[in-house]
Amino acid sequence: MPLAIAPLVAGCEREDRQYRADPPLLDARGAGRQYTLGERYLNNAYHLSQGKRLYASFNCRGCHFDGGGGIGPALMENRWIYGGTIADIVATIREGRPNGMPSFRGKITDEQIWEIAAYVLSMSGNVSSAAAPNRDDHMQGRPAENRQPTPPPPGDEAPKLLSP
Amino acid sequence: MVGPLVQSALDPHSPQGERLRDLIWIFTAVCGVVWLAVMIALAIAVWRRRASAAPEPSALERAAELRLTIIVGALVGMTAVTVLALTGLSYATQKRVLGRPLAAGMALLVTGHQWWWEVEYKDDEPARTFTTANEIHVPVGVPVTIRLRADDVIHSFWVPSLMGKEDLIPGRENSIRFTAARAGIYRGQCAEFCGAQHAHMALLVVAQEKPDFDAWRDGQIRSADDPNEPERQKGLAAFLAKPCVMCHAVRGTSAAARVGPDLTHVGSRMTLAAGTLPLSRGTLAAWLADPQGVKPGSQMPFVQLDPDELNAISAYLEGLK
Repeated sequence: MPLAIAPLVAGCEREDRQYRADPPLLDARGAGRQYTLGERYLNNAYHLSQGKRLYASFNCRGCHFDGGGGIGPALMENRWIYGGTIADIVATIREGRPNGMPSFRGKITDEQIWEIAAYVLSMSGNVSSAAAPNRDDHMQGRPAENRQPTPPPPGDEAPKLLSP
Repeated sequence: MVGPLVQSALDPHSPQGERLRDLIWIFTAVCGVVWLAVMIALAIAVWRRRASAAPEPSALERAAELRLTIIVGALVGMTAVTVLALTGLSYATQKRVLGRPLAAGMALLVTGHQWWWEVEYKDDEPARTFTTANEIHVPVGVPVTIRLRADDVIHSFWVPSLMGKEDLIPGRENSIRFTAARAGIYRGQCAEFCGAQHAHMALLVVAQEKPDFDAWRDGQIRSADDPNEPERQKGLAAFLAKPCVMCHAVRGTSAAARVGPDLTHVGSRMTLAAGTLPLSRGTLAAWLADPQGVKPGSQMPFVQLDPDELNAISAYLEGLK
């Protein structure tokens, strides 16, 4: 019985919508204490689906495609060149990286960068499947984010191919 | 701010709307008569109750049975005829209003977004096409065909005084036609629940005489003028330096994104944020300062601006006539 109730409790507040960004997040632009806020983006269905919408709107697809990579590296196989925490990914988007990743600082609001970073992590199964998006507005090119298997802990062998 | 707004299916300002209004009244009248007849029959039945409280069920009176059978049979027949006649009338009207493609006239493409309307004016000459948002101008007396698409979820285009509803469905294209009979401002509203701000997804249809419409269209085709006032110049610089340009376009500048509404002539529109606020410099500043307070859940993010930038950008946008 507790096992049956646990997922229900875990699902609580998955869709708690916070439309206005936190004042601390807005105050501490670029400061270290923002990095403690990642959790609320990773387990919130609203922020993840906003991230998914922004990923398409801002044409992240142009290089990373639907997570499979192409011009830019793949985002769905849980191998990270510049670190795989949400803070690393926020830094990648905001500050850019060598070899082509542009900096979006001042172009995308910080709140939106966090949402996109959380969505990027959902592509490789790094967020709660109760909160990850489960459908596309358009045709789906791969299984939805909430069907990604939980990745092996870092340092394990090369990633397995995902079954469709 | 916008003069008298018309928004009623019972106050039509187009031939198509008039047909639909006639249909509404015919249905109401016929159903009203039927309801009245049923109520009278019921009242008579209650009033002429049985003589005895416990009649003998097997004591049938052959003549009375026959009479009742004929009456009930006739009423069933009349009900069937009424239902069929109304169905046929409804079908014929809708076929007339929706079915016949109009070759001539004006063509528009309206795309529904959460929660605003993107409007593209088509023209055979590519240089005369342009994009605007939330406000459709049409010439009086010219048939207008609007192709309807949706970007995210199902919306429904409904300008009650001009035409019935038509859904906008992701992945397919519907169309709707109307001819505005009189000049006026007709309010429309999304008529299919589409999310948190469905109620703030309005649009205006402004029907104008042909010369006024042509003047408006020529104005909209032009790119935005370069600002002359120092404050507006600062506003343009701030607009281009800030995240505004990731979503919005102002033709004539380097801002060319298509995610949010086109702002090239935003100052010429009557409302802001799809009918949420009347448009003025003050409401623009309020919208920039706290979009999630004005329209919670809207896709417009809060962007951090200093007071000077906020003032300058609102002045710049308000001047985009």
